[in-house]
Amino acid sequence: MDSFDDAKLAAAFEQLPALLERDPNLIHRGAFFDARFAVGIGAIPFDVIVTAGRVSLLERGPFVMRPWRFAVRASAEAWGRLWQPTPEPGWHDLSALAKRGYATLEGDLHPLMANLQYVKDLLALPRRIAGGRS
Amino acid sequence: MTAATLEPITGRYLRLELSGRPHRVYFEEAGQGIPLVCLHTAGADGRQFRHLMVDADITRHFRVLTFDMPWHGKSSPPEGFENEEYRLTTAGYTEMIVAFCRALALDRPVVMGCSIGGRIVLNLAIEHAAMFRALIGLEAADFQEPWYDTEWLNRPDVHGGEICAALVSGLIAPQSPEAARHETLWMYKQSGPGVFKGDLYFYRVDGDLRGKVGAIDTGTCPLYLLTGEYDFSCSPADTERTARNIKGAQVTVMRELGHFPMSENPAQFRRYILPVLEKIRTGG
Repeated sequence: MDSFDDAKLAAAFEQLPALLERDPNLIHRGAFFDARFAVGIGAIPFDVIVTAGRVSLLERGPFVMRPWRFAVRASAEAWGRLWQPTPEPGWHDLSALAKRGYATLEGDLHPLMANLQYVKDLLALPRRIAGGRS
Repeated sequence: MTAATLEPITGRYLRLELSGRPHRVYFEEAGQGIPLVCLHTAGADGRQFRHLMVDADITRHFRVLTFDMPWHGKSSPPEGFENEEYRLTTAGYTEMIVAFCRALALDRPVVMGCSIGGRIVLNLAIEHAAMFRALIGLEAADFQEPWYDTEWLNRPDVHGGEICAALVSGLIAPQSPEAARHETLWMYKQSGPGVFKGDLYFYRVDGDLRGKVGAIDTGTCPLYLLTGEYDFSCSPADTERTARNIKGAQVTVMRELGHFPMSENPAQFRRYILPVLEKIRTGG
Protein backbone atom coordinates (compact mmCIF):
# COMPACT_ATOMS: atom_id res chain seq x y z
CA MET A 1 0.00 0.00 0.00
CA ASP A 2 1.34 3.41 -0.95
CA SER A 3 1.43 5.98 1.81
CA PHE A 4 0.07 9.48 1.44
CA ASP A 5 1.35 12.36 3.47
CA ASP A 6 -1.12 14.95 4.87
CA ALA A 7 1.42 17.79 4.87
CA LYS A 8 2.54 17.18 1.31
CA LEU A 9 -1.05 16.96 0.07
CA ALA A 10 -2.02 20.11 2.01
CA ALA A 11 0.92 21.91 0.37
CA ALA A 12 -0.40 20.82 -3.03
CA PHE A 13 -3.88 22.06 -2.09
CA GLU A 14 -2.45 25.45 -1.13
CA GLN A 15 -1.50 25.88 -4.79
CA LEU A 16 -5.21 25.98 -5.66
CA PRO A 17 -5.51 29.77 -6.30
CA ALA A 18 -2.47 29.74 -8.59
CA LEU A 19 -3.66 26.63 -10.43
CA LEU A 20 -7.10 28.17 -10.91
CA GLU A 21 -5.65 31.41 -12.28
CA ARG A 22 -4.05 29.36 -15.04
CA ASP A 23 -7.48 27.96 -16.04
CA PRO A 24 -9.63 30.83 -17.37
CA ASN A 25 -12.29 28.40 -18.63
CA LEU A 26 -12.86 27.05 -15.13
CA ILE A 27 -13.01 30.60 -13.73
CA HIS A 28 -15.59 31.42 -16.40
CA ARG A 29 -17.68 28.35 -15.52
CA GLY A 30 -17.73 29.50 -11.89
CA ALA A 31 -18.79 33.05 -12.69
CA PHE A 32 -22.03 32.70 -10.68
CA PHE A 33 -20.50 30.73 -7.81
CA ASP A 34 -19.95 32.41 -4.46
CA ALA A 35 -19.48 30.27 -1.37
CA ARG A 36 -17.45 29.71 1.74
CA PHE A 37 -16.71 26.06 2.30
CA ALA A 38 -14.49 23.82 4.37
CA VAL A 39 -12.10 21.29 2.90
CA GLY A 40 -10.44 18.60 4.98
CA ILE A 41 -7.22 17.13 3.64
CA GLY A 42 -6.80 14.22 6.00
CA ALA A 43 -6.52 15.86 9.43
CA ILE A 44 -5.72 19.32 8.03
CA PRO A 45 -8.70 21.73 7.72
CA PHE A 46 -8.94 24.50 5.13
CA ASP A 47 -11.27 27.50 4.85
CA VAL A 48 -12.00 28.39 1.23
CA ILE A 49 -13.93 31.33 -0.16
CA VAL A 50 -14.79 31.41 -3.85
CA THR A 51 -16.05 34.70 -5.24
CA ALA A 52 -17.35 34.80 -8.81
CA GLY A 53 -15.37 31.68 -9.68
CA ARG A 54 -12.06 32.87 -8.17
CA VAL A 55 -10.49 31.73 -4.90
CA SER A 56 -10.50 34.88 -2.80
CA LEU A 57 -9.35 33.15 0.39
CA LEU A 58 -7.64 29.86 1.13
CA GLU A 59 -6.45 29.45 4.67
CA ARG A 60 -5.08 26.46 6.53
CA GLY A 61 -6.52 25.75 10.02
CA PRO A 62 -6.99 24.78 12.74
CA PHE A 63 -9.89 27.17 13.24
CA VAL A 64 -12.16 28.04 16.14
CA MET A 65 -15.83 28.17 15.12
CA ARG A 66 -15.15 29.16 11.49
CA PRO A 67 -18.45 29.13 9.55
CA TRP A 68 -19.00 27.37 6.21
CA ARG A 69 -21.92 26.52 3.89
CA PHE A 70 -20.72 23.04 3.03
CA ALA A 71 -17.74 20.85 3.79
CA VAL A 72 -15.82 18.39 1.65
CA ARG A 73 -13.53 16.16 3.64
CA ALA A 74 -11.55 13.12 2.63
CA SER A 75 -8.71 11.01 3.89
CA ALA A 76 -5.16 11.81 2.78
CA GLU A 77 -5.18 8.57 0.83
CA ALA A 78 -8.36 9.60 -1.01
CA TRP A 79 -6.98 13.01 -2.06
CA GLY A 80 -3.65 11.48 -2.94
CA ARG A 81 -5.23 8.87 -5.18
CA LEU A 82 -7.72 11.35 -6.68
CA TRP A 83 -4.80 13.59 -7.66
CA GLN A 84 -2.79 10.88 -9.42
CA PRO A 85 -2.22 11.72 -13.11
CA THR A 86 -4.48 8.78 -14.03
CA PRO A 87 -6.46 7.87 -10.94
CA GLU A 88 -7.37 4.25 -10.34
CA PRO A 89 -11.01 3.04 -10.56
CA GLY A 90 -13.04 4.14 -7.55
CA TRP A 91 -10.53 6.87 -6.64
CA HIS A 92 -11.13 8.99 -9.75
CA ASP A 93 -14.07 11.21 -8.76
CA LEU A 94 -15.38 12.95 -5.65
CA SER A 95 -18.71 11.11 -5.82
CA ALA A 96 -16.87 7.81 -6.17
CA LEU A 97 -14.92 8.62 -3.01
CA ALA A 98 -18.12 9.62 -1.19
CA LYS A 99 -20.02 6.51 -2.27
CA ARG A 100 -17.16 4.30 -1.13
CA GLY A 101 -16.87 6.04 2.24
CA TYR A 102 -13.55 7.84 1.64
CA ALA A 103 -15.04 11.35 1.50
CA THR A 104 -17.92 13.18 3.17
CA LEU A 105 -20.11 15.99 1.85
CA GLU A 106 -21.86 17.89 4.63
CA GLY A 107 -23.78 21.05 5.37
CA ASP A 108 -25.96 23.05 2.99
CA LEU A 109 -25.36 21.11 -0.22
CA HIS A 110 -27.29 23.52 -2.45
CA PRO A 111 -24.33 25.68 -3.57
CA LEU A 112 -22.29 22.50 -4.07
CA MET A 113 -24.93 20.75 -6.15
CA ALA A 114 -25.79 23.87 -8.18
CA ASN A 115 -22.09 24.16 -9.08
CA LEU A 116 -21.05 20.53 -8.85
CA GLN A 117 -18.91 20.27 -11.97
CA TYR A 118 -17.08 23.47 -11.07
CA VAL A 119 -16.39 22.31 -7.51
CA LYS A 120 -15.28 18.84 -8.63
CA ASP A 121 -12.95 20.36 -11.23
CA LEU A 122 -11.64 22.93 -8.75
CA LEU A 123 -10.84 20.29 -6.15
CA ALA A 124 -9.17 18.12 -8.78
CA LEU A 125 -6.76 20.88 -9.86
CA PRO A 126 -3.87 19.65 -7.66
CA ARG A 127 -3.76 16.62 -9.98
CA ARG A 128 -1.78 18.91 -12.27
CA ILE A 129 1.12 19.19 -9.83
CA ALA A 130 1.31 16.31 -7.40
CA GLY A 131 -0.25 13.13 -6.16
CA GLY A 132 1.46 13.48 -2.79
CA ARG A 133 2.71 9.90 -2.91
CA SER A 134 5.66 9.52 -0.59
CA MET B 1 -10.78 21.20 -46.30
CA THR B 2 -12.33 17.79 -45.70
CA ALA B 3 -15.04 16.75 -48.15
CA ALA B 4 -18.58 16.52 -46.76
CA THR B 5 -19.78 12.96 -46.19
CA LEU B 6 -23.12 11.33 -45.43
CA GLU B 7 -23.16 8.81 -42.60
CA PRO B 8 -25.02 5.55 -43.31
CA ILE B 9 -27.45 6.16 -40.42
CA THR B 10 -31.11 6.82 -41.23
CA GLY B 11 -33.73 8.11 -38.81
CA ARG B 12 -37.52 7.72 -38.89
CA TYR B 13 -40.54 8.09 -36.65
CA LEU B 14 -42.65 5.15 -35.58
CA ARG B 15 -46.26 5.64 -34.50
CA LEU B 16 -47.26 3.07 -31.92
CA GLU B 17 -49.37 2.67 -28.84
CA LEU B 18 -47.65 2.21 -25.49
CA SER B 19 -49.60 1.64 -22.27
CA GLY B 20 -52.77 2.51 -24.18
CA ARG B 21 -51.52 5.91 -25.35
CA PRO B 22 -50.39 6.95 -28.82
CA HIS B 23 -46.67 7.70 -29.12
CA ARG B 24 -44.35 8.99 -31.82
CA VAL B 25 -41.02 7.29 -31.32
CA TYR B 26 -37.86 8.32 -33.11
CA PHE B 27 -35.42 5.59 -34.09
CA GLU B 28 -32.29 5.26 -36.16
CA GLU B 29 -30.78 2.34 -37.95
CA ALA B 30 -27.81 1.27 -40.03
CA GLY B 31 -26.54 -1.99 -41.42
CA GLN B 32 -28.09 -5.26 -42.39
CA GLY B 33 -28.48 -8.74 -40.99
CA ILE B 34 -29.23 -9.74 -37.44
CA PRO B 35 -31.27 -7.00 -35.74
CA LEU B 36 -29.35 -5.46 -32.84
CA VAL B 37 -31.57 -3.15 -30.78
CA CYS B 38 -29.61 -0.76 -28.57
CA LEU B 39 -31.09 0.82 -25.43
CA HIS B 40 -29.67 4.11 -24.19
CA THR B 41 -28.96 5.07 -20.60
CA ALA B 42 -31.23 7.09 -18.29
CA GLY B 43 -31.56 10.75 -19.19
CA ALA B 44 -29.86 10.34 -22.58
CA ASP B 45 -30.86 9.17 -26.07
CA GLY B 46 -29.97 6.87 -28.93
CA ARG B 47 -27.07 9.02 -30.13
CA GLN B 48 -24.96 7.16 -27.61
CA PHE B 49 -24.74 4.30 -30.12
CA ARG B 50 -23.81 6.36 -33.17
CA HIS B 51 -20.28 4.95 -33.32
CA LEU B 52 -21.50 1.36 -33.51
CA MET B 53 -23.80 2.36 -36.35
CA VAL B 54 -20.96 3.56 -38.55
CA ASP B 55 -18.64 0.66 -37.74
CA ALA B 56 -18.52 -1.48 -40.88
CA ASP B 57 -17.27 -4.49 -38.89
CA ILE B 58 -20.60 -4.42 -37.07
CA THR B 59 -23.04 -3.19 -39.72
CA ARG B 60 -21.82 -5.81 -42.21
CA HIS B 61 -23.60 -8.46 -40.16
CA PHE B 62 -25.96 -6.54 -37.91
CA ARG B 63 -28.87 -4.21 -38.52
CA VAL B 64 -28.22 -1.83 -35.64
CA LEU B 65 -31.32 -0.01 -34.37
CA THR B 66 -31.76 2.41 -31.53
CA PHE B 67 -34.84 4.30 -30.43
CA ASP B 68 -35.18 7.32 -28.21
CA MET B 69 -37.50 6.34 -25.39
CA PRO B 70 -40.59 8.54 -25.05
CA TRP B 71 -39.61 11.82 -23.28
CA HIS B 72 -36.01 11.40 -24.59
CA GLY B 73 -34.14 12.74 -27.60
CA LYS B 74 -36.53 13.30 -30.51
CA SER B 75 -39.36 11.18 -29.05
CA SER B 76 -41.83 13.54 -27.44
CA PRO B 77 -43.72 12.76 -24.25
CA PRO B 78 -47.29 11.52 -24.81
CA GLU B 79 -50.15 14.00 -25.04
CA GLY B 80 -51.11 15.29 -21.60
CA PHE B 81 -47.61 14.93 -20.20
CA GLU B 82 -47.80 18.41 -18.72
CA ASN B 83 -50.21 17.12 -16.08
CA GLU B 84 -48.12 14.22 -14.83
CA GLU B 85 -44.76 13.37 -13.34
CA TYR B 86 -42.72 11.11 -15.60
CA ARG B 87 -41.85 7.77 -14.04
CA LEU B 88 -40.42 4.84 -15.94
CA THR B 89 -41.62 1.46 -14.71
CA THR B 90 -40.39 -2.07 -15.30
CA ALA B 91 -43.65 -3.03 -17.00
CA GLY B 92 -43.76 0.07 -19.21
CA TYR B 93 -40.11 -0.24 -20.22
CA THR B 94 -40.46 -3.93 -21.05
CA GLU B 95 -43.63 -3.30 -23.06
CA MET B 96 -41.90 -0.52 -25.00
CA ILE B 97 -39.02 -2.73 -26.14
CA VAL B 98 -41.26 -5.65 -27.06
CA ALA B 99 -43.65 -3.32 -28.93
CA PHE B 100 -40.78 -1.71 -30.86
CA CYS B 101 -39.40 -5.09 -31.94
CA ARG B 102 -42.86 -6.31 -32.97
CA ALA B 103 -43.77 -3.12 -34.81
CA LEU B 104 -40.68 -3.48 -36.98
CA ALA B 105 -41.19 -7.26 -37.28
CA LEU B 106 -37.65 -7.91 -36.04
CA ASP B 107 -36.84 -11.61 -36.17
CA ARG B 108 -35.26 -12.76 -32.90
CA PRO B 109 -33.26 -9.58 -32.37
CA VAL B 110 -30.29 -9.14 -30.08
CA VAL B 111 -30.97 -6.47 -27.48
CA MET B 112 -28.08 -4.56 -25.95
CA GLY B 113 -28.87 -2.04 -23.24
CA CYS B 114 -26.70 0.15 -21.06
CA SER B 115 -27.30 1.11 -17.43
CA ILE B 116 -31.12 1.22 -17.09
CA GLY B 117 -30.99 -0.51 -20.48
CA GLY B 118 -28.74 -3.13 -18.92
CA ARG B 119 -31.16 -3.61 -16.06
CA ILE B 120 -34.16 -4.04 -18.34
CA VAL B 121 -32.22 -6.55 -20.43
CA LEU B 122 -32.20 -8.74 -17.32
CA ASN B 123 -35.98 -8.42 -17.14
CA LEU B 124 -36.27 -9.31 -20.84
CA ALA B 125 -34.23 -12.42 -20.03
CA ILE B 126 -36.63 -13.24 -17.20
CA GLU B 127 -39.89 -12.61 -19.06
CA HIS B 128 -39.24 -12.85 -22.82
CA ALA B 129 -36.08 -14.91 -23.38
CA ALA B 130 -37.50 -16.92 -26.29
CA MET B 131 -38.10 -13.74 -28.26
CA PHE B 132 -34.41 -12.86 -28.46
CA ARG B 133 -31.31 -14.34 -30.08
CA ALA B 134 -29.06 -12.99 -27.33
CA LEU B 135 -29.10 -10.27 -24.69
CA ILE B 136 -26.25 -7.95 -23.77
CA GLY B 137 -26.23 -5.92 -20.59
CA LEU B 138 -23.72 -3.08 -20.42
CA GLU B 139 -23.18 -1.73 -16.91
CA ALA B 140 -25.94 -4.08 -15.77
CA ALA B 141 -26.84 -5.42 -12.34
CA ASP B 142 -29.96 -6.58 -10.55
CA PHE B 143 -29.58 -3.63 -8.14
CA GLN B 144 -27.10 -0.90 -7.22
CA GLU B 145 -26.74 1.15 -4.08
CA PRO B 146 -27.81 4.78 -4.73
CA TRP B 147 -25.12 7.42 -4.30
CA TYR B 148 -27.09 10.68 -4.51
CA ASP B 149 -30.55 12.02 -3.76
CA THR B 150 -32.58 12.28 -6.98
CA GLU B 151 -34.46 15.29 -5.54
CA TRP B 152 -31.50 17.40 -6.75
CA LEU B 153 -32.22 16.49 -10.36
CA ASN B 154 -35.35 18.52 -10.97
CA ARG B 155 -35.83 21.72 -8.98
CA PRO B 156 -35.92 25.30 -10.20
CA ASP B 157 -32.88 26.48 -8.21
CA VAL B 158 -30.48 23.91 -9.68
CA HIS B 159 -29.88 23.73 -13.43
CA GLY B 160 -31.21 20.30 -14.42
CA GLY B 161 -28.93 19.72 -17.37
CA GLU B 162 -25.83 20.82 -15.50
CA ILE B 163 -26.49 18.74 -12.39
CA CYS B 164 -27.35 15.59 -14.36
CA ALA B 165 -24.16 15.93 -16.42
CA ALA B 166 -22.03 16.83 -13.40
CA LEU B 167 -23.20 13.78 -11.47
CA VAL B 168 -22.60 11.30 -14.28
CA SER B 169 -19.32 12.89 -15.36
CA GLY B 170 -17.51 10.94 -12.67
CA LEU B 171 -18.72 7.70 -14.20
CA ILE B 172 -16.57 8.25 -17.29
CA ALA B 173 -13.10 6.71 -17.25
CA PRO B 174 -10.19 9.19 -17.08
CA GLN B 175 -8.69 7.60 -20.20
CA SER B 176 -11.73 8.42 -22.35
CA PRO B 177 -11.01 11.01 -25.06
CA GLU B 178 -12.12 14.55 -24.19
CA ALA B 179 -14.35 14.95 -27.26
CA ALA B 180 -16.24 11.71 -26.57
CA ARG B 181 -16.52 12.53 -22.86
CA HIS B 182 -18.09 15.89 -23.52
CA GLU B 183 -20.42 14.62 -26.24
CA THR B 184 -21.64 11.99 -23.78
CA LEU B 185 -22.26 14.68 -21.18
CA TRP B 186 -23.95 16.97 -23.70
CA MET B 187 -26.83 14.50 -24.05
CA TYR B 188 -27.41 14.76 -20.29
CA LYS B 189 -27.34 18.55 -20.54
CA GLN B 190 -30.01 18.38 -23.26
CA SER B 191 -32.37 16.07 -21.41
CA GLY B 192 -35.80 17.47 -20.51
CA PRO B 193 -36.63 18.48 -16.94
CA GLY B 194 -37.30 15.52 -14.67
CA VAL B 195 -36.57 12.90 -17.32
CA PHE B 196 -33.38 11.53 -15.76
CA LYS B 197 -35.13 11.54 -12.39
CA GLY B 198 -38.11 9.70 -13.86
CA ASP B 199 -35.85 7.05 -15.39
CA LEU B 200 -34.18 6.55 -12.03
CA TYR B 201 -37.56 5.68 -10.53
CA PHE B 202 -37.25 2.47 -12.51
CA TYR B 203 -33.60 2.05 -11.61
CA ARG B 204 -33.93 2.60 -7.89
CA VAL B 205 -37.49 1.87 -6.89
CA ASP B 206 -39.50 -0.19 -9.35
CA GLY B 207 -36.82 -2.24 -11.08
CA ASP B 208 -35.12 -4.04 -8.20
CA LEU B 209 -34.48 -7.49 -9.66
CA ARG B 210 -32.73 -9.01 -6.67
CA GLY B 211 -34.03 -12.49 -6.07
CA LYS B 212 -35.51 -12.67 -9.58
CA VAL B 213 -32.53 -13.14 -11.90
CA GLY B 214 -32.09 -16.77 -10.84
CA ALA B 215 -35.00 -17.57 -13.15
CA ILE B 216 -32.98 -16.58 -16.23
CA ASP B 217 -32.34 -19.48 -18.60
CA THR B 218 -29.25 -18.70 -20.67
CA GLY B 219 -29.85 -21.93 -22.59
CA THR B 220 -32.91 -20.27 -24.15
CA CYS B 221 -31.15 -16.96 -24.70
CA PRO B 222 -27.44 -16.31 -24.06
CA LEU B 223 -26.68 -13.40 -21.72
CA TYR B 224 -23.53 -11.31 -21.87
CA LEU B 225 -22.72 -8.75 -19.18
CA LEU B 226 -19.95 -6.22 -19.76
CA THR B 227 -19.05 -3.56 -17.19
CA GLY B 228 -16.42 -0.83 -17.20
CA GLU B 229 -13.90 -0.84 -14.38
CA TYR B 230 -14.42 2.90 -13.72
CA ASP B 231 -18.19 2.55 -13.25
CA PHE B 232 -18.77 3.11 -9.55
CA SER B 233 -22.55 3.35 -10.04
CA CYS B 234 -22.90 -0.15 -11.45
CA SER B 235 -19.53 -1.49 -10.44
CA PRO B 236 -17.90 -4.67 -11.74
CA ALA B 237 -18.66 -6.13 -8.28
CA ASP B 238 -22.39 -5.39 -8.79
CA THR B 239 -22.36 -7.14 -12.16
CA GLU B 240 -20.37 -10.10 -10.83
CA ARG B 241 -22.72 -10.47 -7.87
CA THR B 242 -25.67 -10.49 -10.26
CA ALA B 243 -24.03 -13.01 -12.57
CA ARG B 244 -23.33 -15.41 -9.71
CA ASN B 245 -27.08 -15.98 -9.56
CA ILE B 246 -27.47 -16.57 -13.31
CA LYS B 247 -26.16 -19.89 -14.56
CA GLY B 248 -24.31 -19.40 -17.84
CA ALA B 249 -24.11 -15.58 -17.76
CA GLN B 250 -20.85 -14.43 -19.31
CA VAL B 251 -19.16 -11.48 -17.59
CA THR B 252 -16.44 -9.21 -18.93
CA VAL B 253 -14.87 -6.37 -16.96
CA MET B 254 -13.78 -3.72 -19.44
CA ARG B 255 -10.53 -1.89 -18.73
CA GLU B 256 -10.27 1.88 -19.11
CA LEU B 257 -14.04 2.27 -19.52
CA GLY B 258 -16.79 3.62 -17.31
CA HIS B 259 -20.58 3.73 -17.36
CA PHE B 260 -20.97 4.80 -21.03
CA PRO B 261 -18.64 2.46 -22.93
CA MET B 262 -20.22 2.90 -26.38
CA SER B 263 -20.09 6.69 -26.31
CA GLU B 264 -17.25 7.62 -23.93
CA ASN B 265 -14.56 5.62 -25.70
CA PRO B 266 -15.86 3.86 -28.84
CA ALA B 267 -12.42 2.56 -29.88
CA GLN B 268 -11.85 0.88 -26.52
CA PHE B 269 -15.40 -0.50 -26.41
CA ARG B 270 -15.23 -2.17 -29.81
CA ARG B 271 -12.34 -4.32 -28.55
CA TYR B 272 -14.79 -5.85 -26.11
CA ILE B 273 -18.04 -5.84 -28.05
CA LEU B 274 -16.81 -7.17 -31.40
CA PRO B 275 -15.88 -10.61 -30.02
CA VAL B 276 -19.28 -10.83 -28.26
CA LEU B 277 -21.16 -9.95 -31.44
CA GLU B 278 -19.06 -12.43 -33.42
CA LYS B 279 -19.90 -15.13 -30.91
CA ILE B 280 -23.59 -14.34 -31.21
CA ARG B 281 -23.43 -14.29 -35.01
CA THR B 282 -21.70 -17.64 -35.25
CA GLY B 283 -23.99 -19.16 -32.64
CA GLY B 284 -21.15 -19.64 -30.16
